[in-house]
Amino acid sequence: MRGLYRSLLPHPFLTIILALVWILLQNELTAGMAVFGLILGIVIPWITSIWWPGTPKAFRIHRMIPYTFIVLWDIIVANIEVAWIVLTVPNAKLKPAWIVVPLELRQPEAITVLAGTITLTPGTVSADLSDEGHSLLVHVLHTDDPDSVRDDIKTRYERRLLEIFS
Amino acid sequence: MTLQIVATYAAAVCLLIGSAFVLIGVIGLLKFNDPMTRLHAPTKVGTIGIGMLLLAAMLVAAAEGDPSAHELLIMAFLFATAPVSAHFIAKVAIHQQSCEAPPPPPRDDTWSTLNSPDRKMAEGPASGAP
Repeated sequence: MRGLYRSLLPHPFLTIILALVWILLQNELTAGMAVFGLILGIVIPWITSIWWPGTPKAFRIHRMIPYTFIVLWDIIVANIEVAWIVLTVPNAKLKPAWIVVPLELRQPEAITVLAGTITLTPGTVSADLSDEGHSLLVHVLHTDDPDSVRDDIKTRYERRLLEIFS
Repeated sequence: MTLQIVATYAAAVCLLIGSAFVLIGVIGLLKFNDPMTRLHAPTKVGTIGIGMLLLAAMLVAAAEGDPSAHELLIMAFLFATAPVSAHFIAKVAIHQQSCEAPPPPPRDDTWSTLNSPDRKMAEGPASGAP
């Protein structure tokens, strides 16, 4: 039974997201569109599952919700900070830095989420991954203390992601 | 009726804030002189700038009695794709060595962008030696 469920619905969250996106694209909620969205949500993951092995085993969606709000808040704060730096700090006084974040996360999906979060938040862009995937290269726009930025990323985002993907 | 007026003013404020952020993003793009620092301005400021413009569009559409959810989709796709393009621009900057060289990673050999088959062949036998 569980095997049948797995083979019919290889990515249950993708099914829900595809159905939601379809309904949003239609811009109206009718029964027909919802059913068609659900069909798309079942058929597309099923067809593409060959190219997408290794679904993350554990994904705690209820922990993803506070994480999303923290990231959204950080994006707003980051925007104001970066705008302030752009307008007030002259080029000569700007202190950009590379920082290296050692990763405890192992799943590619979790590292992708972390890298995306870093790029969207306070003055940091994730630039590269090391060849074996044990550390993440991050560029900081303006900082006096690169180590504190690294610790901030580890405690604020990575620790939460470890809980989500565990 | 009053709700419509409130929505119109709110949309106007959103448009002003959004375009201010987009303008600051462009100023940053022109002002900074290094590819990596330049990358920061549009990726950050772009998200909230476009977000506010889309919020204004939603407010106006809702006030005119034709609510639309397409803007939410645009925002979701923008938030999902902006980091990817920023990541690739950063990779190009590292690959072309047009920015300051990054420090080596602590546990692994090198960064994946700098990892090439040539490097492996050149250093392969040497790394095996004591």
